[in-house]
Amino acid sequence: MHIVDGALSSPVVIAGAVATAGGIAMGLRTLTLERIPTAGVLSAAFFVASLIHVPIGPSSVHLILNGLAGLLLGWAAFPALFVGLVLQAVFFGFGGLTVLGVNTFNIAMPAVLTGIIFGRLIASGSVVRGAVWAGIGGAFAIAATAGFVGLSLALTGEEYLPAVGFVFFAHIPVMVVEGILTAFAVLLVRQAKPELFAPGGVRP
Amino acid sequence: MGHLRFTGLPEPDGATAAGSVIGRLDPRLRIVATLCFAVTVVGLSSLVALCLACAVSLAFLFLSRQPPWRTLRRVAMMDGFILFMLVLLPFTVPGEPAFELWGLTASREGVFRAVEIALTANAVILALMTLVGSMAPATLGHALHALRCPTTLIHLLMFTIRYIHVLQGEYLRLREAMKVRGFRPASNWHSYRSLGYLVGMMLVRAIDRAERILEAMKCRGFSGRLLLPHPFHLTAADAAFAVGLLAVCGGLLGFDSVWH
Repeated sequence: MHIVDGALSSPVVIAGAVATAGGIAMGLRTLTLERIPTAGVLSAAFFVASLIHVPIGPSSVHLILNGLAGLLLGWAAFPALFVGLVLQAVFFGFGGLTVLGVNTFNIAMPAVLTGIIFGRLIASGSVVRGAVWAGIGGAFAIAATAGFVGLSLALTGEEYLPAVGFVFFAHIPVMVVEGILTAFAVLLVRQAKPELFAPGGVRP
Repeated sequence: MGHLRFTGLPEPDGATAAGSVIGRLDPRLRIVATLCFAVTVVGLSSLVALCLACAVSLAFLFLSRQPPWRTLRRVAMMDGFILFMLVLLPFTVPGEPAFELWGLTASREGVFRAVEIALTANAVILALMTLVGSMAPATLGHALHALRCPTTLIHLLMFTIRYIHVLQGEYLRLREAMKVRGFRPASNWHSYRSLGYLVGMMLVRAIDRAERILEAMKCRGFSGRLLLPHPFHLTAADAAFAVGLLAVCGGLLGFDSVWH
């Protein structure tokens, strides 16, 4: 979920910008010339995938897939998701400009955490067990994103606390859908291109 | 439902506002100007100053000759997303009661706060979409490079811009293939499994494609240096725009401090 300009207090906005700058620097360090095409094409893939609407009950949610991005890109998920958010803000008007730092952090930090926590668990063990861990990872990334969005709002002021509850509630269906889709996506990737999740694989 | 709601990123090098007043300005200046304007607007607190800022953004929209209704519809879509947060604020910000609704008291301060956020968000996003969004995506990359953004980040941005179109085509092809086999998305396990496989397949193909791209680049002796096809020049019109924008920002801030 995108936060807009003017909604957050200055300290939160500045902290978000600084944290994101750090995350992007970490990510860019892992991107050698050889790995830039992979990261760039994956970044575009995640941009397109995030526009897929998945039906759930009478409504539909659009995918975020930040957990999957973290599993495939590691720290490079920071610059990759940042680029996606910049393009969304500039050309589609989603989110805002001064809040780009906060929005990037809220989506990319859970991605990186998912990669660190679940990457190894997915690589070891059978394909099906890996898929189950990937599903938990995908749901975890959304939960963490909702948590960070809630934290950004809560740190801005008490008046947002009811909205924080709403954010969590609204993210529960997204969590379920993202978890299931991430599990199946990883199941397919591990069968079609096993080296991607192999320990010490070609993670960009 | 389930289809790609994607009116499209402009073509990587398809200029969209070339003939307009804003289209003729230096892209670097447009980016810096947008940042200055955004920081100014976020700092404003009086509603009158914020309304003036929105008017300035509307003037940008007029000067950029972007399709006005499409742009305003996108801004309105963003408003739709933040609406729930804004309607809660009057009831959660403590202060002088303004009105009552279903037994809940809304405060004047809360109403002001909600209107303030809505005006700020609209003014900034409209300025961003008209000043920066009116340039070709590839020009955005070149301009950010000229503004000393890290080269690796610009590489990543350029790759993303280039391949969004390619992968969108691939996605639509895969989706078509599912459709002719009778796939209709619904809330069931089969749909989620199929869409998950679709995402996985897109990623596998994307990585295969990236390997071919790297080979092709190496074959042509790519060394990691970015070539800028359009070196930018600041003109008298750019200087005039810069002075005008600084005056507007200064005026807004002055107005804000006086009015408060």
